[in-house]
Amino acid sequence: MADVRFQSIRKTFGKFHAVNDVDLEVADGDFVVLLGPSGCGKTTLLRCLAGLEKVDGGRVFIGGRDATGLPPRRRKIAMVFQSYAVFPHLKLFDNIAFGLRMQKEPKATIRERVESAANLLHIEDLLDRYPSQISGGQRQRVAVARAIATKADVLLMDEPLSNLDALLRMEMRAELKALLRQLGSTTIYVTHDQVEALSMGDRIAVMNAGSIVQLDSPLVVYDDPADTFVGGFVGTPPMNFLAAEIAPNGSFPLVTLSGGSFPLADPAAGALAGRKLTLGIRAEAIVVEPELGQGLIEATVIVIEPLGSHNLLTVKTGDDLLKVSTPPHLFPQLDSSIWLRLEPGRIRWMDAESGRAIPLAPASAPAPVAG
Amino acid sequence: MSGERGSPVVWLSRFGMYATAVLVSLFVLAPIYLMTLAAFSSQEDVYAYPKELLPRNLSTETMSFFIHFGGVLDALQRSVVVALITLVLSLAIGTPAGYALARFAFRGADTLRLSVVATRAFPIVILSIPLAVIFISWGIDDTAFGVSIAHTALALPFVVLTTSSVFAGVSPELEEAAMTLGCSRLKAFVKVALPLALPGLAASAIFVFIVSWNEVFAASLLTLRHRTLPAEVLSLLEGAPVNFRFAGGFFLMAPSVIVILIIRRYLFTMWGRVLK
Repeated sequence: MADVRFQSIRKTFGKFHAVNDVDLEVADGDFVVLLGPSGCGKTTLLRCLAGLEKVDGGRVFIGGRDATGLPPRRRKIAMVFQSYAVFPHLKLFDNIAFGLRMQKEPKATIRERVESAANLLHIEDLLDRYPSQISGGQRQRVAVARAIATKADVLLMDEPLSNLDALLRMEMRAELKALLRQLGSTTIYVTHDQVEALSMGDRIAVMNAGSIVQLDSPLVVYDDPADTFVGGFVGTPPMNFLAAEIAPNGSFPLVTLSGGSFPLADPAAGALAGRKLTLGIRAEAIVVEPELGQGLIEATVIVIEPLGSHNLLTVKTGDDLLKVSTPPHLFPQLDSSIWLRLEPGRIRWMDAESGRAIPLAPASAPAPVAG
Repeated sequence: MSGERGSPVVWLSRFGMYATAVLVSLFVLAPIYLMTLAAFSSQEDVYAYPKELLPRNLSTETMSFFIHFGGVLDALQRSVVVALITLVLSLAIGTPAGYALARFAFRGADTLRLSVVATRAFPIVILSIPLAVIFISWGIDDTAFGVSIAHTALALPFVVLTTSSVFAGVSPELEEAAMTLGCSRLKAFVKVALPLALPGLAASAIFVFIVSWNEVFAASLLTLRHRTLPAEVLSLLEGAPVNFRFAGGFFLMAPSVIVILIIRRYLFTMWGRVLK
């Protein structure tokens, strides 16, 4: 086991800056997910760690050792590829044993380690088959078994679940998480699937355009996105963003949206008065009230999507469309007016220009809404 | 009409397919059969009319005369040696070149690809005189090695292009996986890319062998006393009776068929896949 440190890693492909001065530290035994849209540099960063790409600047440390110039085979890493990269000309046993044979382990050790890896992945009955004789999901398991059999210091996973169908992916997600916790290995996991990132990682490094824009635990990334990009990328549905302004109004600063205004029970927000702002709020932090009351915003129902566990409404207030999550029994009339209450404790403020989150000084205890 | 199994449409299309297969096979096999038959018949039978189509009256008289005539056996041996040297040289030079074209985006890759094909634009007739002069000054004229160098030049463009497309079909991720599992670049190539490219390389090998085996012009020009089989047969059989020509034809064909049968094993390497 080992820790990993990226020190201002830079990688360009021609004129394209794939990775821009990325710093990242991953503690021994930590599970970090690199999350971002395609082309954000997450896979490139992982390949720089594996030694499959040469960095154009910066250094990579694995277990405190400078690995920047080392070839992949000297880095003590193991990698699971998106295409699985299971060798078609070798039986499963030989696939899993490949790394151990390269390390010149004794035969008995190889057999034992291959079998224990195969047991962990539940493919022990398939070891004398060829990859073409098993399913895609089983091939995925072979790729993981092959990676863990070598007992590498760091486990790298590049979108390992993205080629599986939805149901299998969900099963494998939980299984993989349990397996990795059991192994306790340092893991760096690349995905573009934010559900995978939220559900699996100890920490998530959200990447955009070659940089890490936020590095936090999943719930912090979800609740307190560092900017509008993170809020819009993480979560289903994405965070709602509304253009807003604040006017000072004693301990209840007045928030004005395109669809109306309401007093906010957060005195600290008064400090933002006069700035051009973006208000961010999650769909489930908006409560639908049946009738007009104080501090509510009027909205028109455009679409209702019943999802079983809850209903997802698309509503329009002023110029803005909002996604609102409601209890499953609530079916407001289409095109009718409803009233929304934005939970003050879950409102996030971003600068309208830069999109960056503006932290409010003391995280004010959500006071009960007046009225 | 329905397209169900057993319906007339399906039956007809199946019949058509098999009929075509039979016709194509006959097109290839019938001359081979007739040639073989004639090669193993006596002179009277070859000239006889109407022709006997079944092997009733076989004789090895023509064949054994032909084989023991002049330097036929030596020429056969030389042809095999030339073809094998050509095979080794072409694959040893062409495979790495094909791999490089498939894997690396280097400056001038397209130019190289084009110039590889362009070498075939010069007819061997134009090249042969300067080639003969050079070979004589190097002292490799009239040798098996000299002929195989010329044959390698003929076969190489094809080898480079086919192996490059074969390697393009082997996912680079497989080699990268091998490298993360402890292989150097070279070892990843040998342990992963090479075995996966084997069927394509086998096809290449067959082609190279046949190019060399069939080549007459360069072989005739570059050799005098040590001819390869086609060159030897060509000069021997000018004006020879028909039955000897059949014997020569059979003799030219048989070894290449044997080589194809051997290499064919690799052509259909299907790891764990059932051939349909």
